[in-house]
Amino acid sequence: MSIISGLNKEFESRVRLGMMSVLMVNERVDFTEMKNLLQVTDGNLASHSAALEKNQYIEIKKEFVGKKPRTSYKITEIGKRAFQEHLNFLEKMMRQ
Amino acid sequence: MNEKFSDDLAHIRSMMERSSRFVSLSGLSGIGAGVTGVIGAFFANQIIEKSGGITNGYYNHQTVYELIIVALITLIVALFFGSFFTIRKSKKLGLAVWTSTTKKTMIQLSIPLLVGAIFCLALIKYEFFGLIAGTTLIFYGLALLNAEKYVFSDIKYLGMLEILLGCISLFWIGQGLLFWTIGFGFLHIVYGIILYRKYK
Repeated sequence: MSIISGLNKEFESRVRLGMMSVLMVNERVDFTEMKNLLQVTDGNLASHSAALEKNQYIEIKKEFVGKKPRTSYKITEIGKRAFQEHLNFLEKMMRQ
Repeated sequence: MNEKFSDDLAHIRSMMERSSRFVSLSGLSGIGAGVTGVIGAFFANQIIEKSGGITNGYYNHQTVYELIIVALITLIVALFFGSFFTIRKSKKLGLAVWTSTTKKTMIQLSIPLLVGAIFCLALIKYEFFGLIAGTTLIFYGLALLNAEKYVFSDIKYLGMLEILLGCISLFWIGQGLLFWTIGFGFLHIVYGIILYRKYK
């Protein structure tokens, strides 16, 4: 695997990397909690999560709890695999 | 380039840890709960001395109920101090207090505690008072062990010590108060100090 193909461009942003890390170890995380963990703005989180959803790395669930809308995130199998590969790549680079 | 990779890895690790473990347990919480325990034990000892100590191997009923009330008040005050310092630390670190990790931790803690409480109620009902101290220590230790994977501060060692102490105390009936003072008082204070210095 060459350097270029191993490095997943989708995970270049810190926000996306953070989101994926959180979702690797938590089954489902809601919007507010994710925002607090990553310390980003609403708009920033929304645009990065939309990009990850477009790649089918995460699932975004929107539902109503009472009258309040609630958005939550979950990692997909594709996302898990992509993140794992990215992680392997980073580790391999570190060993060189 | 290598620096960027190692930064990324560090970021991944820290996000995984921050999101899955309850990091802001304060050492002061342990110290606060422990000191409360020692003060509670002092009052309990006063009650026992006032009642004239053990007759025929048992305390009289009035004494037992007074002791239960002291124990409950001690528990409530200890819980108050325990959560107060931890909430304060979370706020200082800019972390949310009520997260899904907190909920998971609470659930893991409460299962053994509830079972232990029911067990103790049965012991009280059938007047096996002598076994209560050991039982509470054992179930409390089990609760800590159970919550260990969500908490970031070696509470499993505290849990193991509580269980060990509880098991020993089962064979020293009549010394319950002494074991309680060690388990809920001194162990918490020592643990709190260690935690405070380590993760300050």
